[in-house]
Amino acid sequence: MTESSIGARQMTVKHSDRVATFNPIMEISNLDVYYGDFHAVRDITLDVGRNQITAFIGPSGCGKSTVLRCLNRTNDLVPGARVDGRIDYRGHDLYGPSVDAIEVRRRIGMVFQKPNPFPKSIFDNIAYGPRVTGMKMNKSETEDLVEYALTRAGLWGEVKDKLDQSGFALSGGQQQRLCIARAIAVEPDILLMDEPCASLDPIATALIEDLMIELVSDYTVVIVTHNMQQAARVSDRTAFFSAKVDDRGQRYGHLVEVDLTTKIFTNPTDTRTEDYISGRFG
Amino acid sequence: MSFDVGVTNKSKNSESNIKSMLFLGVLWFSLFVAFMFLVILLVTTFMNGIGRYDLRLFTEYNNTTPKDAGARAAILGSVFVVSITALLAIPIGIASAIYLEEFADKTKWYNRAIELNIQNLAAVPAILYGMLTLGILSLMGFKNKNVVFGGALALALLILPVIILTTREALRAVPQEIRDGSLALGATQLQTVGRQTLPAAVPGIATGTILAISRAMGEAAPLLLLGALVFITYDPNGLTAGFTTMPIQIFGWTSAPQEEFKTLAAAAIILLLAILLTLNAIAIFIRNKFAKRW
Repeated sequence: MTESSIGARQMTVKHSDRVATFNPIMEISNLDVYYGDFHAVRDITLDVGRNQITAFIGPSGCGKSTVLRCLNRTNDLVPGARVDGRIDYRGHDLYGPSVDAIEVRRRIGMVFQKPNPFPKSIFDNIAYGPRVTGMKMNKSETEDLVEYALTRAGLWGEVKDKLDQSGFALSGGQQQRLCIARAIAVEPDILLMDEPCASLDPIATALIEDLMIELVSDYTVVIVTHNMQQAARVSDRTAFFSAKVDDRGQRYGHLVEVDLTTKIFTNPTDTRTEDYISGRFG
Repeated sequence: MSFDVGVTNKSKNSESNIKSMLFLGVLWFSLFVAFMFLVILLVTTFMNGIGRYDLRLFTEYNNTTPKDAGARAAILGSVFVVSITALLAIPIGIASAIYLEEFADKTKWYNRAIELNIQNLAAVPAILYGMLTLGILSLMGFKNKNVVFGGALALALLILPVIILTTREALRAVPQEIRDGSLALGATQLQTVGRQTLPAAVPGIATGTILAISRAMGEAAPLLLLGALVFITYDPNGLTAGFTTMPIQIFGWTSAPQEEFKTLAAAAIILLLAILLTLNAIAIFIRNKFAKRW
């Protein structure tokens, strides 16, 4: 990753390949999210394509992060949060009674807005996931896995000589790639990214974007972003969310449209999408 | 001090300057009064104790002859009772705090009620814990209430709310992102607490716990109620053995008629203060050394 320079992206080629074969791995139908009495997100229906990058864009408070957090049941952890509707993951109801949320989170990893390395060494940051999820590994297998994950995240070259240093010793962009490596180490199926570049400079952002494009051949990526150029650059499909106020004065998030990124950014169906894309609001 | 910024009325400006100077003066005076009392107390106590800063203070048991008396039983009693107190209070306190902070659903009324009551308990007069313990010991059939176990129980009940509150503070100071990151990797709540949140909170927990222990060390009221003001001439040798502690022994000596006992009491006070200051210094050291910046 670090060797391939920021400029040398072959995304246009890969892009069209990925778009040609749409194969849903996750089907969200009529999803409603409540926090206590507050009906925060209403009636979301969209599919996430396997080995594709799906971007969620939209103004603040439109529910895109909430929906993302539902995809690996992280939202369950918010007291009072409740979900209606259905999310199917590889044909299984994600909120079904026999589904273990812990197992869901192991398969569907998450990278957060603010890099959140653990207060441990770089090595232990990566080895943490495999250890807690009960992967039986001896020392050399763990070392191999740490090297693999860091390599996939394009960080190995930068940290291979300081694996025992604290994760906090890294720069913001490196910390975020450490968090991505940490997620990769548990061999997830899908990677959810909640504004992963929001706190990074343009160079670190470009590295993460390259990384996403490289990872998507093996993983499915869903990214929430405030940066429309980022959505346009990396994603295959884009879902545009917006906020509305209902007759009781409650503000809620809903999905305006979801389509191929090229279509959303050049010829959106809904005028609200066009207004947002062209910077007329948001 | 005053300078003209060109916008404010000058006379009003200097008026508020006088006010703030006066206010500052009052603050300094308050601090001075508080500090002076402390210094006078320390110096006079130290002077009163001159003559008894010797090894016999540590090695001798209490005695009716002041010059042969020492605080050995009281020192060992304090150490023994406070150790049992720590064993009782620390695990329960930390576990309660973990439950309340990490697992309890704070939207439920009963959890909020528990939380509020723990805060109230921290403000309950110490002697009430003595009365409660007295009741418990009676129910358990103890005829003699002045037993190590009873003293430790009373002190443990006394410091439990403090430990719970400080542990919760320490847990709350651990950024939510750490928990989110751990849970997002498929760790269970329990693993997240055990491997991330709790280790990260250890410095804060240690600080709060040591301060609570030092409070137990200096406490006399609940133990007086249990009848710890006794003449002990042996080392405390079991959970049901009779005991006395340093604050109690000091109380006993100060109320004795002989002047030499008052000297002995002053020496013991300085010793107790030294122990407490050491404990607090350790707490501050831990806090500064392991303070994490996220």
